[in-house]
Amino acid sequence: MQSLFAASRSSRQLALGQRAFSSSLRRWQAVPAEKPVLMKEFKIYRWNPDEPEKKPQLQSYKIDLNQTGPMVLDALIKIKNEIDPTLTFRRSCREGICGSCAMNIDGQNTLACLCRIDRNGSKNTKIYPLPHMYVVKDLVPDMTLFYKQYKSIQPWLQSDNSPEKEHLQSPEDRRKLDGMYECILCACCSTSCPSYWWNQDEYLGPATLMAAYRWIADSRDTHKAERMERLENEMSLYRCHTIFNCSRTCPKGLNPAAAIAKIKLEMAAE
Amino acid sequence: MSTRALGLGAALRKAAFSPNLVRNQAVLRNTLGKRFIQVESLTPSAEQNILNQQRLKRPSSPHFTIYQPQLTWIGSIANRVTGVGLSVLLYGFSIAYLVAPTTFSSQNVVEFVAGLPDAVKYTGKAILAAPFSFHAFNGIRHLSWDLVKFVSVKGAYVTGYIVLASTAVSTAFLTFFK
Repeated sequence: MQSLFAASRSSRQLALGQRAFSSSLRRWQAVPAEKPVLMKEFKIYRWNPDEPEKKPQLQSYKIDLNQTGPMVLDALIKIKNEIDPTLTFRRSCREGICGSCAMNIDGQNTLACLCRIDRNGSKNTKIYPLPHMYVVKDLVPDMTLFYKQYKSIQPWLQSDNSPEKEHLQSPEDRRKLDGMYECILCACCSTSCPSYWWNQDEYLGPATLMAAYRWIADSRDTHKAERMERLENEMSLYRCHTIFNCSRTCPKGLNPAAAIAKIKLEMAAE
Repeated sequence: MSTRALGLGAALRKAAFSPNLVRNQAVLRNTLGKRFIQVESLTPSAEQNILNQQRLKRPSSPHFTIYQPQLTWIGSIANRVTGVGLSVLLYGFSIAYLVAPTTFSSQNVVEFVAGLPDAVKYTGKAILAAPFSFHAFNGIRHLSWDLVKFVSVKGAYVTGYIVLASTAVSTAFLTFFK
């Protein structure tokens, strides 16, 4: 009887002793399956303002997609963190609401944070800054003109008969602003527009024109006539040739082309 | 020997967190040693000058060479090219007729074309018919857009493919119709 007790105690001690080694513990645990390595090449536009005489070029980076998040922005951040800290790009919210990471990925303007990485490892992904913009560095374009154009349409409510309390608006009138107020001014649409490429200095571009129509269509705004008057010239509005690149590329699924078509129709009907 | 044993803890803490000392840059610089990077302060106009010098040298990012070919903008360029081509032909022939009415009279042109081999005739007809058909149908598409019809990505693509199909049918008809 005693020997039985002793035997059981010694076996328990042995088990406890074994558990003290972490290496032996691992054998009892479920081991997560190793993910296979899936290398993908990213070719990224590089230009450094400190070496302006060096021409812009594509630099190649290879990363393992199974160690990367699903979006192109995840890949860029991984490259910047682990391979090349000099890679420069804008990013902030990583969820498609700030518009900072707008760039040209595989030939289309979109937000890097909303663009899934193509998981075909045999094909590379090319990343350029927004097309036909002055480059500050690498993937960072100069947005000064774009913001100035937005400012020029006076994007705020202008009403001559402001009521005592709030401006009232019927649900139908409010609905006219849906699909326009959501614009985050990422400039994907404007920089996808060939007309904007050729006449950037005078043509306002789809983003700004949709913002203009957002205020023209607003029932509370009483300066509709002045707003349309400012567009009444050859360049500001009528360089739009209904190409539809803007609506095709909008990462928020908005339709600037429709807004511009409505401005044109309303101005023709005046 | 620890600071507590010497009773210096409070005094040192006070020195370390004293707002006057910390905010005094001269003291900080002397106690923490020189910085490795020398920063030159510039006047605003000099800063603007550097920025302007940089701006002169910056490149413009690539555009149509890297943008994905899509029905939207390729179709628009095709509309422009066919329009220019047809206009050049119209104005060119009209001016030529004004300059030399006898050489470019209808009779001469008909005789000249009739004398050409069949292959050249059909190729020439196709080369004339395709841009004409495309430009005409795409013009109707543009008119509908001006009336705010089909102004969506889907509308643009459906009408785009309809225009391409009509162009193919019309080109074949105009080429082989006698």
